[in-house]
Parts: sequence; structure tokens; C-alpha cells
Amino acid sequence: MELLTNQILAGVATGSIYACMALSVVMIYQAIDHLNFAQGEMATFSAFVAWQLMQWGIPFWPSFVLTVIVSFAAGVAIERGLFRPLANASVLTNVAGFIALFAIVNSVTGMTWDYTIKEFPSPFGSSQFLRSELINSHQAGMIGVTGVLLAFLYCFLGFTKVGLAMRAAVSTPESAKLVGINVGWMVALGWGLASSIGAVAGMLIAPVVFLEPNMMGGILVYGFAGAVLGGLSSPAGAVLGGILVGVFENLIGTYVPGAGNELKLPIALALIILVLRFRPDGLFGRNVVERV
Amino acid sequence: MTTIPQTTLTSAATGKRSGILRQTSSILVLLFLVLFPLAATNFVTFQITMLLVYATAILALNILTGGSGQFSLGQSAFFAIGAYTSAVLVEHGGVNYLLTLPIAAAVCFVIGFLFGLPALRLSGVYLALATFALATAMPQLLKLHYFEPWTGGVQGLVTSKPDAPFGLPISPDTWLYYLTLALSLAIYAAAANLLSSRTGRAMMAIRDNEIAASAMGVDIALYKTLAFGISAAITGIAGALGAIAVQFVAPDGYTFQLSIALFLGMVVGGVGWLPGSIAGSAFIVFVPNIAESISKGLSGAVFGVLILLVIFVIPRGARQIAEFLQATIEGKRGGA
Amino acid sequence: MSDILEVRELRAYYGQVQALHGIDLSLREGSVTTLLGANGAGKTTTLRSICNMVRFTGAIRFDGIELSTRSTERLVRLGIAHVPQGRGTFTRMSVEENLRLGAISRNDEKAVTGDIDRMYGHFPKLKERRIQQAGTLSGGEQQMLAVARALMLRPRLMLLDEPSFGLAPLIVRDLFAILARINREDKVTIMVVEQNAELALELASDAYVIETGRIVMSGRASEIADNEDIRKSYLGY
Repeated sequence: MELLTNQILAGVATGSIYACMALSVVMIYQAIDHLNFAQGEMATFSAFVAWQLMQWGIPFWPSFVLTVIVSFAAGVAIERGLFRPLANASVLTNVAGFIALFAIVNSVTGMTWDYTIKEFPSPFGSSQFLRSELINSHQAGMIGVTGVLLAFLYCFLGFTKVGLAMRAAVSTPESAKLVGINVGWMVALGWGLASSIGAVAGMLIAPVVFLEPNMMGGILVYGFAGAVLGGLSSPAGAVLGGILVGVFENLIGTYVPGAGNELKLPIALALIILVLRFRPDGLFGRNVVERV
Repeated sequence: MTTIPQTTLTSAATGKRSGILRQTSSILVLLFLVLFPLAATNFVTFQITMLLVYATAILALNILTGGSGQFSLGQSAFFAIGAYTSAVLVEHGGVNYLLTLPIAAAVCFVIGFLFGLPALRLSGVYLALATFALATAMPQLLKLHYFEPWTGGVQGLVTSKPDAPFGLPISPDTWLYYLTLALSLAIYAAAANLLSSRTGRAMMAIRDNEIAASAMGVDIALYKTLAFGISAAITGIAGALGAIAVQFVAPDGYTFQLSIALFLGMVVGGVGWLPGSIAGSAFIVFVPNIAESISKGLSGAVFGVLILLVIFVIPRGARQIAEFLQATIEGKRGGA
Repeated sequence: MSDILEVRELRAYYGQVQALHGIDLSLREGSVTTLLGANGAGKTTTLRSICNMVRFTGAIRFDGIELSTRSTERLVRLGIAHVPQGRGTFTRMSVEENLRLGAISRNDEKAVTGDIDRMYGHFPKLKERRIQQAGTLSGGEQQMLAVARALMLRPRLMLLDEPSFGLAPLIVRDLFAILARINREDKVTIMVVEQNAELALELASDAYVIETGRIVMSGRASEIADNEDIRKSYLGY
């Protein structure tokens, strides 16, 4: 029983990272109806930026905050520079844009910091959390930070003027323009937020999987699986979906004999296909996903 | 609805527009391809073999995207399946390498067809997502230790290069080159034929407007999954040929980066324009060589920038350049 | 009294198709004007052109300010509220959030709260449903909400596109009575695009009739309403 709780909690911990990635993906998807395939690479880049800041002697939390700010700015810049001009282009062109972004960011990360694996410190340490055997302090930290992030986002979107404008711009852009909202800037804001959230995810997972340019490839797929499970139409759904994927995958890894751990990506793949095929709205979504 | 750059005329898709220039250049290219190994080193021959291999894979993607309007970021997976099928059969099954080619094609066709089935309802970004996940998951699948006795796990498998048959006095590289050339040309001809056939027109109708096509009685499900299967089969053959030529398969040789490269090849060559496959392939074979020698990891950035160049400046890729050249030359002759 | 809105030589296009062939309109400040015509005549296109939501050529001046050079979101801040066809309600948000959104370009928070209360005064039904999701309201209530949202902008000009659409006659009468009141008390110039000519002509002081992208008749609403030939040929009653 304790093993089960242990595994579920561990699943929630990694699931919270997937939740962050899923959230980033859904934020951009809601804004522009496209999936940011480069989200993982952007998060990796952010983690490296944080690492670099720490190499220069800046302590963890200031580096963390600085990285979040830089990532926000980068997200806005990428939206304004690359995707705004593509707003009316075909789906193929947009997908090409995202792939180009993937390739460039991945490449620049590798060239700037090389491919040797680096250690990324955790501000939480890795000792037992509260002296329990259930999870370690970094895992607790992952859950905690994600929780704080979500709370902040919830308050921002639900209770501030800008948050309200953003929700309006994303759900009903034409009406939003008619009340004077600059939809273009709201989309840029969405990108900035998505980038920042991705950066947080990257910095939280790096201590666990070790920092290297290709570290987020698989994690992004889990993020997509979570987003799809959550229905691609609600941030809350994305978060729940991400956590579910984490728990599910951990349980399979523990209880399926032999290769459970190695099957993580194929399972995520199967999940994505099954959900898109049989329940396109996901578990919590409201929009009809089927597009013709 | 997806709006792939239109290739409304199938003859345009195969580049068979009227023009002595076009026919002359095609013949010249063909002559070059047939004759050069007699004068070139084994290594150069090998490189051109790989050029043809990737051109064939890009061709497959062109049939899928330019032909039926479906996206795939997962071609690297089928390439891998083709490669591994061939290598495993040769190394563990003692099967003749030539026989592995149709087997690889068949296996990939079935898997592609089966993947296409649930993918039927997906279009645009969702299909891109599913194929992205496929490409990312494939290396892990290949490393599964259930399969290790056959696949060699992370280390992969080493195969040996077959000698020329009938004791012909040519090097294995040269033999393989001609085999690849013959197959590539055959596949190219078949693809051109397919696109101008009834099946091809059905696919292109689907690409242009799925609802209208359905209303006209086109069996959407059949043709879409068929396109997936055919594209996968051709990619599988290319993968198998590649494996035979390189004499080595390993999981990390078939990552999402390969899918990016094939996608780039299609986009640079011109979506839906079959002759562009060779131009696209040239990019993805030679650019990394140059880029990596300057700085490790640079090829990714170069690929990315090239894609951006195409989508912002030259949307129809090499085809646009070819058309421009043709217009310039013919303009000069028609002239004043 | 001066003209608050002047439209000259308006030609509008959807892609290659030309929908308006040179519209001239003037709205007197403080008036209620109705733009009448059959389906597809160009009524909606005219309103959308004013808000720069379609491609057009021609001059559109609001209080002397040229609108064609401003983006939609910038020009509405001059005081133009547009209630589009289908109401454009933010269906996933609550009634109160919809009202807040109407005022989102304003900076006077206290006055905004006061205005919300005033809207609840005009439309008590909305107050009952203030935290309900807007998409769950009935057609009539959504129309009221759309009008209230437009008023939150404290507009000087309000454009309404077929507000009577899909509503029962009694509700339409109530709605038009409220519009008349708003025009009188809050001094809001109103332009109503309608297919339902009879009620619109009762509400309005001026009228234009549009047919296949051209104005075919203009004048005082009462004259047009009394003219049986016009009513029969263009307005269907």
C-alpha cells in the first residue's frame, strides 16, 4: 500500500511537470489554434539560461526569477516576429514555422552550451520530505511550485483586468476587438506566459533528468498527451491531464513486469492517438476537436 | 481547411510541362546519374546513393502531403521500420537482402495503413501531433529490451555490404548505387503515374476540399489511409536501402531530427513537386556535412533558417526557382 | 445639429466580390437611424465597414475623425459601440464579466461599477443572472446583455445589427422601448440595421433603404413608413 502511495505521489510530482508543459501548449493553442512543437526546446533553453546565470554566481532563486522574465520576453518576441506574420497562412506553413523554431532553438542550445550532460541544482535538495518515505523534497518542491504557479495564473486570469481581456481575446476575438481589446497583444501575452511556464517546468525537471540540449523531447510528448487528455480547451483540463499522465505512466512503470519504464513514450503515443480518435474532447474539454 | 500550395494540374506535379529546356535538363541529369560512378570514388558513389535514398523518402512525404493533404512529422518512424526490417531479416533470418526490400515495403504499408486508420479523423495540427509523437517514441521502441535479441538494443545491428551479383566486376558501392538508382526511378515513375491516375485525383480532391470530395462520392477513408500506407511503404524501402548501404542500424539514427530533415527536404524542394525531391535531398545530405564541420549542432539552425527562408521568401521552394529560371531563359529567347 | 457620422462613397469587398457600390450616409447626432433592406443587401457589411472589419474604400468620419486608418479596437475607443449580428456575447463568461468587458477600455473604475448597477436597473433580469454563464441565457436576455455591454462603453454612437433576430415580437417591443429611452436619456446616437422594417420605422427618426449594395431611398422614417409603394417594393408590407 505504501508503495502504491509512493508511486502515485511520484507520479503527481512528474505529472506536475507534464501539467506545466500541457498548460503552455494549451495557452498557445487557445490563442492561435496551433500546437507549439518547439515548447520543449524553449523550456530547455530557459533551463540552460538559468544554469548559466548560476555559473556566473547568481544564486538559485534570483536566477529562477530572471530566467522566467527573460523567457517571457522571448515568447513575446517569437510571437511578434515569427508567428504574427504567419497568422493568416496555411496550416502547413505554420507547422513548418514551429518545426523551424524547434530546429533553431535546439541547435542554438547545443552550440552555446555543448552536449555534455550537466548537473542542475535543486533548491529543495533531495532528502526525504518531512522525513516521510513517500517522496523526496525535490518532488515535493515540484508539486509545490507548480501549485503556486497555477494559483497565480488562476488569480491573474480570473480577477485582473488584463486576465479578463486575455480570456475574452482568446475565446471571442471579434467581440474582444469591438470592446477595444488589442487582440494581437493578448496573443503575445499568451505566448509570454506560456514561455514562462515552460521555463519553470524546465528548471524543475532538470535536476531529475540532468541538463542537456535534448532533455525535453520526450517530456513534451507527455505534455501533449496531458493536454489532449484534458481536451485542449481548458487550462484546468490540461493540468489535470498532465498529472493523470504522470500517475498513469508511473503506475505502469512500476506494476507492468519488465519493460514498463521503457514503454513510457509509446504509452503516451498510444494515449494521444486513442483520445484523439475516440474522445476528441478529452476528458474535460468542451470544444469539438474534429476539424474538417 | 488545409491550404497546401495548389498543384492543380497533375502534369505540373510531375513537372512534365512543355519545354525543351525541361526535357533536356531531365535527360542530362539522367545521363549524369547513370554514368558518373564509372569515374567517381566509392565514397562519392555512396554519398549519391544516400542522396537517392533520402530523395525517395522525401518523395513519399510529397505523395502524402502534396498529394493527399495529410501531414506527417513521423516519416522517420517508417524509415526506421524499413531499415530495421531489412537488417534484422538479413542478420538473423539469413534472408537475401534483395528480398528484404519488398518485405520492408509490405510491413511499412500495413503499419502505415493501420496508423492512418485512427488518424482519419485528424487533420492539420492533430495529425502533426500524432505523427510527432510517433517519431519521438520510435527510438524508445527500438531500444526496448524485449526486442534486444533481434534489434541489438541501443548498440544496433551491423550488416555487411552485399557484393555485386553474377560476379560483375564492379564494387559493392557501385552495385548498390545502380540498384538504388533503378528502384528510385521506378518509384518516381510509379508515383507520377499514381498522381495522374484516378486514385491520385481522388487523393488530390481530398487534399483540396474534403467535404466536396466526399460529396462527390470519393471514399475518403479508403484514399486517406491508402495514401498513408503507400507513403509509409516507399519510406520503408528507402530506409531499407539506406540500411544496406550504411551497413548499420541503431535507434538514435532515426529520431525526430530525421523527420525534420525530410520535412525540410519536401518544403525546400517544393511541396507536391516530385522533381523537387532530389533538390530537397541534396540540401539535407550536404548541408549537415558542411554545417557540422563548422560547429557541432549547427545543421539544426541551418535547417531551421532554410525552412523560414522558404516559407517567407520562396514559398514553392525549388520549384519556384526552376520556374523562374525557365521563364527567364524562355523570356530571353522569345524576347524583344 | 451636426452629423456625428458621415459615410461617403463606401465600396466594400469580400475578396474579389464587391458588396457595396458607393454608399453615402449621414447620421445626425442624437438621432435614431434605421438601415433597412432584404437579406444580403449589404446592411451588415455597412456596419462592419464603419468598424473597419472588412476591406473597403471611401471616407468614414466620426465627429470629423477619419475612421478608415484606425484598427477596430482603436476606433471603438472613440465611443462607437457595435452590437454585431448574433450578438457577439462572450458566451463562456458570466453576465457580469460581459458587462465589465464592455467597459474594459475605460480607466474610471468607480464609474464602471456605478454603470454596472445602472445596467442592472435598466435590465433587472440580468441582475438575477449576474454570475450565470452568458451562453446559457435566453435569446432575449442575451440581446439585452449585448445592448447593456455596448452601453458600458459610454458610447456616443451605437450600431446594432438586426437586434430583433430570433426574438418574439413582445420582447422586440421591450427592446426597442429601451433603445428609445437610451437615445433620449443618455443622448446616444443609434443606428439600427433591421429586416423587420415596421418596428424599426416606429423607433427611428431617419431611415435608409439599401438594396444590392446601393442606397435606394433615404429620408424621415415617418415619410417612408407612410409611403405605401416603398413599403411594398422594398420592405415587404
